Amino acid sequence: MAIRIEHLNYIYGAGTAFEKHALRDINLDLPDGQFIGMIGHTGSGKSTLIQHLNGLLKGTSGAVYYNDKNIYEEGFEMKRLRSRVGLVFQYPEHQLFEADVFTDVCFGPKNLGLSKEETESRAYEALRLVGLKEKYYKVSPFELSGGQKRRVAIAGILAMNPEVLVLDEPTAGLDPKGRDDILDQVAKLHEEKKITVILVSHSMEDVARYVERIIVMNKGQVMFDDAPRKVFQHYKELEAIGLAAPQVTYLMHGLQERGWKVPADATTVEEAAGAIIEYLQKS
Amino acid sequence: MGIIKARHVAFDYLRMDEEGQVESRSRAVDDVDLDVEAGDFVAILGHNGSGKSTLAKHINAILLPTEGTVFVDGKDTQDESKLWEIRQSAGMVFQNPDNQIIGTIVDEDVGFGPENMGVPQDEIWQRVEESLKAVGMWEYRSHSPNKLSGGQKQRVAIAGVVAMRPKCIVLDEPTAMLDPNGRQEVIRTVRELNRREHVTVLLITHYMEEVIHADKVIVMDQGKIVMQGTPREVFSHVGELKRFRLDVPQATLVAYELQKAGIALPDGILSNEELIGALEAYRKKRQNK
Repeated sequence: MAIRIEHLNYIYGAGTAFEKHALRDINLDLPDGQFIGMIGHTGSGKSTLIQHLNGLLKGTSGAVYYNDKNIYEEGFEMKRLRSRVGLVFQYPEHQLFEADVFTDVCFGPKNLGLSKEETESRAYEALRLVGLKEKYYKVSPFELSGGQKRRVAIAGILAMNPEVLVLDEPTAGLDPKGRDDILDQVAKLHEEKKITVILVSHSMEDVARYVERIIVMNKGQVMFDDAPRKVFQHYKELEAIGLAAPQVTYLMHGLQERGWKVPADATTVEEAAGAIIEYLQKS
Repeated sequence: MGIIKARHVAFDYLRMDEEGQVESRSRAVDDVDLDVEAGDFVAILGHNGSGKSTLAKHINAILLPTEGTVFVDGKDTQDESKLWEIRQSAGMVFQNPDNQIIGTIVDEDVGFGPENMGVPQDEIWQRVEESLKAVGMWEYRSHSPNKLSGGQKQRVAIAGVVAMRPKCIVLDEPTAMLDPNGRQEVIRTVRELNRREHVTVLLITHYMEEVIHADKVIVMDQGKIVMQGTPREVFSHVGELKRFRLDVPQATLVAYELQKAGIALPDGILSNEELIGALEAYRKKRQNK
């Protein structure tokens, strides 16, 4: 269920004093089943861009194709698109409102017009996928910890059976444990359900650890779009726009400068340690 | 005597039923002793639910201990007549900047604290100026706070506390909701306050790179202090930190992996520079053999 974006532009408040060109000529192919990271400084257009993926925002010009159908064309079923492309906003736990966890997760599928049985079986499945223990299903969402609440909110989206899952900074404000739990869970989900996952994040270390492709946004444009190890080679350009490579990338470059023949494209701790050990064994 | 002195502090959160009877209690802080010297920069680490925020709220008497005692600047927090003095000695900054800003203009917001303390008008403006300059936000004094970035808002919140001239500032995850630039801004500001104005700082955080400059690091788990020492001492126990589900700087992790593979490196490496230095020394030593 691929998404294709062609020459997309978006202008906030066109014709007013606050006019802002938020997206400029975006061209992207988002094929099925990829795990994609999207990084960019605050205000780079990441959040604006992802809101185009399920038609919450309509481009000022350009087009978004979902399975080769232009979503801006008349007669396109926007409602269906929104159930296929699930968007998890920042701090999604602020959107929990039902009396208990299970009812909250049922809200989405119920509104799709599914039967009670189908709705409940989807809610069970979604809560299982996010790894929430059954003893919490009948508890008020407000009694859960931050990480648990967030998982309930993600389950609410998963219960709609999306083919594309977009997560806008899903780990903001969580502690390292909560962060690892959520990201591991998302990675497992990606593997199990083969859905496309787009992870918007500020953390280079997280992105490097999980995704296969990174899209770097800057001033409303796509600056880089490649595999993590390729993107992080541009660490100097990334710094210039307020981003950075993972810390180990700097380590490897530092060693190279001192004449160590190690590859500089390590992006995780394991890769870096492996490369250093290999070099020391050879030399 | 240190500025903060806590002895055998325990705190229970109570859960009440509809009749107001105690239904259950959960112990959030459990027998904690804490000593902070004036002018120190102390970082408290621990995952959510470890009790670090609960402990922090004892330092300006938002919470009172269920057991044990807390002294702030020589005053017992149980002593209600000293409440205002204690809150003036120890200011707090919280996670979400939007919940802490009340003024419609930056300088008015910063002036709110001293005004409530009954500081004379002229001195209020003088303090506002000093505080905003100390956090690098003086040029934004006549802006509306809602047009500022997260990092800038948080610096305004810090200025609001600084304007009350506290001896000690407690920051409870002040950077958790900020982007990397905002985080740097805030941490730089806090370090400057500590170094230049000698304000005692208690920084609660999840981010390891924010604590490597602290004088002392405290690790909490299940309401107890489980590790403490200089950053180097604490970060030399990588296995333990992982067990408490805490993050460790990547350079420290790489060094740890290398040590496991039999490469003799010193413990407690905190940065890339240190690791590169240690690896160079290791390589030289091996070549000389």
